Amino acid sequence: MYNGGKIIAGLVVFLAIFLFPFYYNFGKANAKPEPKLNTPVIQQLAEKKCVESKDFMRQEHMQLLNDWRDSVVRDGNRIYVNAEGKKFTMSLQNTCLNCHSNKKEFCDSCHNYMAVKPYCFSCHIQPKEDKS
Amino acid sequence: MSINRRQFLKIAGASTVLGLGGASVVNSLRRGGLEASQMSPDPASLTAKRWGFVVDMSKLKTEEDYKRCTDACHNIHNVPTFKNDPLHEVKWIWKEPFENTFPGTEHEYMSAEFKEKNFLVFCNHCANPSCVKVCPTKATFKRKDGIVMQDMHRCIGCRFCMAACPFGARSFNYLDPRGKDTDGQPLIKVENKTFPTRTIGVVEKCTACYERLAIGKQPACAEASTGAIVFGDLEDPNSEVRKIISTSYTIRRKPELGTQPSIYYVIGGSEHA
Repeated sequence: MYNGGKIIAGLVVFLAIFLFPFYYNFGKANAKPEPKLNTPVIQQLAEKKCVESKDFMRQEHMQLLNDWRDSVVRDGNRIYVNAEGKKFTMSLQNTCLNCHSNKKEFCDSCHNYMAVKPYCFSCHIQPKEDKS
Repeated sequence: MSINRRQFLKIAGASTVLGLGGASVVNSLRRGGLEASQMSPDPASLTAKRWGFVVDMSKLKTEEDYKRCTDACHNIHNVPTFKNDPLHEVKWIWKEPFENTFPGTEHEYMSAEFKEKNFLVFCNHCANPSCVKVCPTKATFKRKDGIVMQDMHRCIGCRFCMAACPFGARSFNYLDPRGKDTDGQPLIKVENKTFPTRTIGVVEKCTACYERLAIGKQPACAEASTGAIVFGDLEDPNSEVRKIISTSYTIRRKPELGTQPSIYYVIGGSEHA
């Protein structure tokens, strides 16, 4: 191998730089996002339940919001009946954010962790939050 | 390792079938998704075969009468106000002089009252809308009840609809509507927290207050106009709009273009009319 020493030295330097993020963060547990539910409206609910079960909402809220959006805007529907037969008005701004008035501590905590940037709030008005 | 044409086609065919099957398997395994039966209109909502407006110009006399209607609309829908900036202006309902409202019908002997009169104009919710035809993403579409809707989620801001609309009823958000004007004042003076704003780069227009109809309310302009704007079902012979249209002489804007506007203007005028 010609210039073997240089190639190997170069590879070592390359790997050291390339793998830096991995060994730098090794062993440090990244703080798990904990969306907070302690808004005044949720506190006052007799039964602290979202429109669907917690697991469903955790996994499928984006699909649910898309389906709501299409149904409201395209078909003029407003009423959503959940798996338990309870009725809700399909509205991000007036239904979802009415309870989850803490966007920073609720929506953003997971979205930032996952590095997703939904553009809901470039149009939909988020509630004013006292502590920012 | 070389393959002949026959082997290549076999592999290509098999992988296509597997790929298609794979997608359907993944989709069927995926939980979630809502049933269409879970979603329904509010029973209190107002419904019609074809919504339309009658604008009675004899009831719009003072500046205040116009302002009441435009303010009601623009405040409810978070429409930004651009002072002295017609290039960036966003409007859903506004005043237009006679010659621009009904071009080609003005003449030299017309009374000064008409020549100078402003007409209240907004989206005509045409039965045959040219804006809907040109929209490449189906962001603007015609609802079953005749309302020409604008889906801001789909709008890509190509502005074909603005070129197609013969009434100038559409406005483009050249600037962020949540921004500030040259004086440092917010463009949306008071936000209506129950209705979204728009974002930079989408086209917006009057939506006949679909969000109010859905909860059983009349459009904001009709409610604020104290009788100057009447809203109702054009396909219902007993509706108030049809009664006015059948008893008064009404005209529509640019009917020769064949878009079939749904706003009928009662011109009225003096006691001789």
